[in-house]
Amino acid sequence: MAEKGKMVSAAMIAGAVALAVSATANVTPAAAQAKEKCYGISLAGQNDCAAGPGTTCAGTSTVDYQGNAWTLVPAGDCLKYGVEESTAEYELPGDRKGSLEAIDRDLPQA
Amino acid sequence: MPSLADLQGAFAAALRDPARRVPAAVVVGSEGPRARGFDVYRNNVAVSLTEALQAAFPVVQRLVGDDFFKAAAKAYVAQEPPRSPVLLLYGQGFGDFLDGFPPAQEVPYLSDVARLEWARLHAYHAADAPVLEISRLAEIPEAALGGLRFVLHPSLRLVRSRWPVVSIWAASSGQGNAEAVDMSVAQEAAVIRPALDVDLRLLPPGGYGFMEALMTGATLAEAAERASQQDTAFALAEHLQGLFQIGAVTALRQSGPDSSTRTDEP
Repeated sequence: MAEKGKMVSAAMIAGAVALAVSATANVTPAAAQAKEKCYGISLAGQNDCAAGPGTTCAGTSTVDYQGNAWTLVPAGDCLKYGVEESTAEYELPGDRKGSLEAIDRDLPQA
Repeated sequence: MPSLADLQGAFAAALRDPARRVPAAVVVGSEGPRARGFDVYRNNVAVSLTEALQAAFPVVQRLVGDDFFKAAAKAYVAQEPPRSPVLLLYGQGFGDFLDGFPPAQEVPYLSDVARLEWARLHAYHAADAPVLEISRLAEIPEAALGGLRFVLHPSLRLVRSRWPVVSIWAASSGQGNAEAVDMSVAQEAAVIRPALDVDLRLLPPGGYGFMEALMTGATLAEAAERASQQDTAFALAEHLQGLFQIGAVTALRQSGPDSSTRTDEP
């Protein structure tokens, strides 16, 4: 395993495994902090919608869905997460800007 | 006389596209109760698939609102008819579809949120598997550690985004603070269901590459090497602990002369 040019040797792996397995896990404070911050955080989900489609009866509809009177403007919570100037490395094609204001372009041809 | 396959093909095509005529096999002409009946059926197909997407992607819908979501769903339904009779499996490609859906470019993180929601749904319905304790690693001979392969939990999926996709998801599903979302942060996460509840975990730097390598069959040495190349500060012990802590490992396989040797079935 300890071939030249490799960054991780067999001895390092053995050491890491031993460290990880040891019950008290004497990890360094920095590692402990990172663990606390990352792997240690669980965002347990709400299960109300977790089961997805097909798990409740999707009723029939009598309303014609074919109406084309929608406009494609994001109208929900996304406004809270506007794209800041600081993340401008995200570039939109053409002259578009990452504004979340109402738009009247890019609509499909009627 | 058209073949059955032709009839079914025409029927399916007319089902997806309202501009098409009602199949001749259903009704002669385009008027009358049978033509209207076909319209009702076609409408119900579109509505039920749209509702399936709404059930699968509640956070995406909350982010963009009902009208936008239904419009996007309608375009997706027209483009991607179900490939399985199981409604539960409908929507797998919705995130990728949003990547190429021009109006969604205004919300560049939307497709990542969709992929995160799909990963959660997948995890919810994935097979159960007993989770291995990290102490089982101590049973592996030291010389065999590098060649060790991990059998990972069937529910495990990784999500990678240039946006704070986990924070956005959490805030929009009522579990986080919307004001606290820092839009300049990229996030990587693991979705897993080790027991009854779907778990969503932010990954520390290097975690994504390490777990992705293990998921694709790399040995422990290969995965550690790959992660170290990507992140020189990669701390293997910490990531091993994290991997076992979230319940991602279900079995260990030692590779040797007979690489199919399987050990440590729980």
